[in-house]
Amino acid sequence: MTDLHVVALVSVGAHPTSGRPRRAEQDARAVELGLRLAGEQLQVVHAGDVADEALRAYLGMGLPRLTVLEQPPRADALPALVEHLANSPAQLVLTGSQAETGEGSGMLPYLLAERLGWPLVVGLADIESVENGQALVLQALPRGQRRRLRVRLPFLASVDNGAPAARQSAFGPARRGQLQAQESAPAVDPLLSVATLQPARLRPKRLKVVSAGSAAERMRAATRKATGGGGQTLEGVSPQAAAEAIFNVLLDEGVLR
Amino acid sequence: MLDTILQILLSAALGLAVLGAVKRFSMWRRGRPAPVDWLGGLMKMPRRYLVDLHHVVERDKYMSRTHVATAGGFVLAALLAVVVHGFGLHARILGFALLAATALMFVGALFVARRRRNPPSRLSKGPWMRLPKSLLMFAASFFLATLPVAGILPEGFGGWLMAVILAVGVAWGVSELFFGMAWGGPMKHAFAGALHLAWHRRPERFRAPHNASAARSSGLKALDFEDIAAPLGVGKPRDFTWNQLLGFDACVQCGRCEAMCPAFAAGQPLNPKKLIQDMVVGLAGGSDKAYFGSPYPGIPVGEHAGAPDQPIVVAGAGGLLEADTLWSCTTCRACVEECPMMIEHVDAIVDMRRHLTLEKGATPGKGAEVLDNLIATDNPGGFAPGGRLNWAADLDLPLMSEQHSAEVLFWVGDGAFDMRNQRSLRAFVKILRAAHVDFAVLGLEERDSGDLARRLGDEATFQTLARRNIATLSGYRFARIVTCDPHSFHVLKNEYGALGGHYEVMHHSTFIDELVRHGALRLGQSKASRVTYHDPCYLGRYNGEYEAPRAVLKATGIEVSEMQRSGFRSRCCGGGGGAPITDIPGTQRIPDMRMADIRETGAELVAVGCPQCTAMLEGVVGPRPEVKDIAELVAEALIEPDAPVKPSAPAAREVAEVQ
Repeated sequence: MTDLHVVALVSVGAHPTSGRPRRAEQDARAVELGLRLAGEQLQVVHAGDVADEALRAYLGMGLPRLTVLEQPPRADALPALVEHLANSPAQLVLTGSQAETGEGSGMLPYLLAERLGWPLVVGLADIESVENGQALVLQALPRGQRRRLRVRLPFLASVDNGAPAARQSAFGPARRGQLQAQESAPAVDPLLSVATLQPARLRPKRLKVVSAGSAAERMRAATRKATGGGGQTLEGVSPQAAAEAIFNVLLDEGVLR
Repeated sequence: MLDTILQILLSAALGLAVLGAVKRFSMWRRGRPAPVDWLGGLMKMPRRYLVDLHHVVERDKYMSRTHVATAGGFVLAALLAVVVHGFGLHARILGFALLAATALMFVGALFVARRRRNPPSRLSKGPWMRLPKSLLMFAASFFLATLPVAGILPEGFGGWLMAVILAVGVAWGVSELFFGMAWGGPMKHAFAGALHLAWHRRPERFRAPHNASAARSSGLKALDFEDIAAPLGVGKPRDFTWNQLLGFDACVQCGRCEAMCPAFAAGQPLNPKKLIQDMVVGLAGGSDKAYFGSPYPGIPVGEHAGAPDQPIVVAGAGGLLEADTLWSCTTCRACVEECPMMIEHVDAIVDMRRHLTLEKGATPGKGAEVLDNLIATDNPGGFAPGGRLNWAADLDLPLMSEQHSAEVLFWVGDGAFDMRNQRSLRAFVKILRAAHVDFAVLGLEERDSGDLARRLGDEATFQTLARRNIATLSGYRFARIVTCDPHSFHVLKNEYGALGGHYEVMHHSTFIDELVRHGALRLGQSKASRVTYHDPCYLGRYNGEYEAPRAVLKATGIEVSEMQRSGFRSRCCGGGGGAPITDIPGTQRIPDMRMADIRETGAELVAVGCPQCTAMLEGVVGPRPEVKDIAELVAEALIEPDAPVKPSAPAAREVAEVQ
């Protein structure tokens, strides 16, 4: 596992109550996983402003350096990251699920995986082993469940709060570590250049009306696993038929047009 | 014949002692440089020892008097012995003087021996049990050897046998008292102690009067972040300044610190005496096998070792000591207060914590979270900074940002976010209003004082918070700062100075006392009966304020029944130094022990003057005495003139600072 090339992608976060810049919670967890896997060999990459002091919080986790692909404010980070990763020996790319600032759409891991043509594991909780070009990983599912997956390298994984908590950021390493700027072609985000950002509003949630008599029933209702309701399990069908069924669902849901 | 042997023995022992002293001195000098007043310090040393230190030494009267006889006798005897037996100056008068000195020393040594017959657990054993015998041997053999000089016995009395016996006795005596002094024996305390007093890193502690705040010199020393080469705290013994190393060597292992340490009593893995001895092991190199005192509770002796260039804390196992030892400290300063050698335990602990936090990122418990909160929200709880004034939403407090000047700046502190402490704060506002004090608060411009960050070793966050607070304060005019929080009080008063903030700061108890004495408050009889008062460490030991809170309570008609451990010996509530954050397990909780002290007085109510103490003592399970802040007690006893009800204008809301 020592010569495994691991890259963690980080962004600048914002504290939920004060809004001050900080290391992003999920990205820091990605760095934590990467440090456990690759130690100081871990490459950490940020697309943005090299002068952003909040990036030093990542260095404080014990990184000697952090690569910054220089981008103007409100630029699209995707093209620069794709270019950087495609030209690097990276085998495993870790990233948070959703940024705390900017658009925060959570789309970056998906778009990145699509452009690179790599598989994507969402909700990575742990990496158990990497052997013979394959990784054995644990994926976090709701309610503390874990799913063990075998993934071939290279792949991309996004972490959420199911991953181990990030270690403390210390002042000494943060001060000593280097932010290394790397020039990259600025990518204008056509949407962001005209639109304005405003804080997302929580969507109203449909109340779950529980018409249960006993306390035990209400308890069961409150803790019941959320299920999709519809859906169908395909068993013993040919791959062709299965793919067709999935394709039809995606068409129905409007994912594919 | 005997004279020649004595001469040889004396000169050999003295020669070796000088060699050892040079070696020991070079060990201390391995530490980082620190400026000292070399000559001036040495000149002041006798006065510091005999006068300035007296009040501390005197607390153990038995040992104080014993020490006068033993040490006084020894110093005299040693000087005279060198003249009489070393240089062979056999004057009769000198002989008598030497006889008197050795006799005095012998009597003192007898009392030392008596204490050692059944020594209290705080005393170290091992070589220390040998010391009284060596002292007696030194005194007795020089006494006998001097009898002929004084002309009491004829020259050559006792013949060969006597000469051999005396030679052995003298050899034993001088090897312990001269040779052992410089080569790390128990008598090292005299040699290192004297120099430690001369080149102490806080010479202001020897100022008179000793109980004044200035002479307490309790503020931590700032790290210089401009100096990139300087280590961030202490990771290995060499990172201490050289006079800190010297200070560790001065320890006489009397264990007074151990007897007072709340963490030790609670069974947490800390013993201040052992900590200092571990530092001695670190500066000289070796293991702690040669330590014969009480261990850190739960950690056996003999498993740790270190050297000047070895890391002090090694994650996992080994090292000089465990990190938990450092994080058990509540920084209550009880050890520093008791130390007759003026050793600075708390400085050393915080120095080592700085390394763990700033370099290793290894603050235990909730430490990392709290520090992140302080950085991002200016308060340890991570509350939205915009809610800092919510506790006073209906009080229409005057804001500094609006009126720019006031007689009194009321520093609210982070207690503003704590619902229990808000009651104390509101009580204090009631008092301020009743006394028609011209005051204002900083409101949302106030930040955490940095106390917690600093005690957790995060000097960087402390300095950031402090500098921002200083910048805010510099924009306003006020005569003094008054706060209900002794931690903010201490930091603002004693620790902002090094960063350029100099203020007159008062604890609310001192301020209320002043108001009462000037007749600005009309106080009735408090309904509270059977009350005791708990001295907060940061008000009492840190700043010497014991009188004002008691005077205020008295003014409300409360008769305080004192706890056995009160005043400068007050036991910590367990809430200082980030101890509730790091939460190192022990066998019992410090606040429970303090509550037992309180119960012992039969009190139904304990008056406190600190939000931390309130929180810790109220955390003790009931039934227990009630806990009330002094401000609450005063506000209850307040006789208010029919105050005109002021229509409260809608308070101008500041926009929460988001950056």
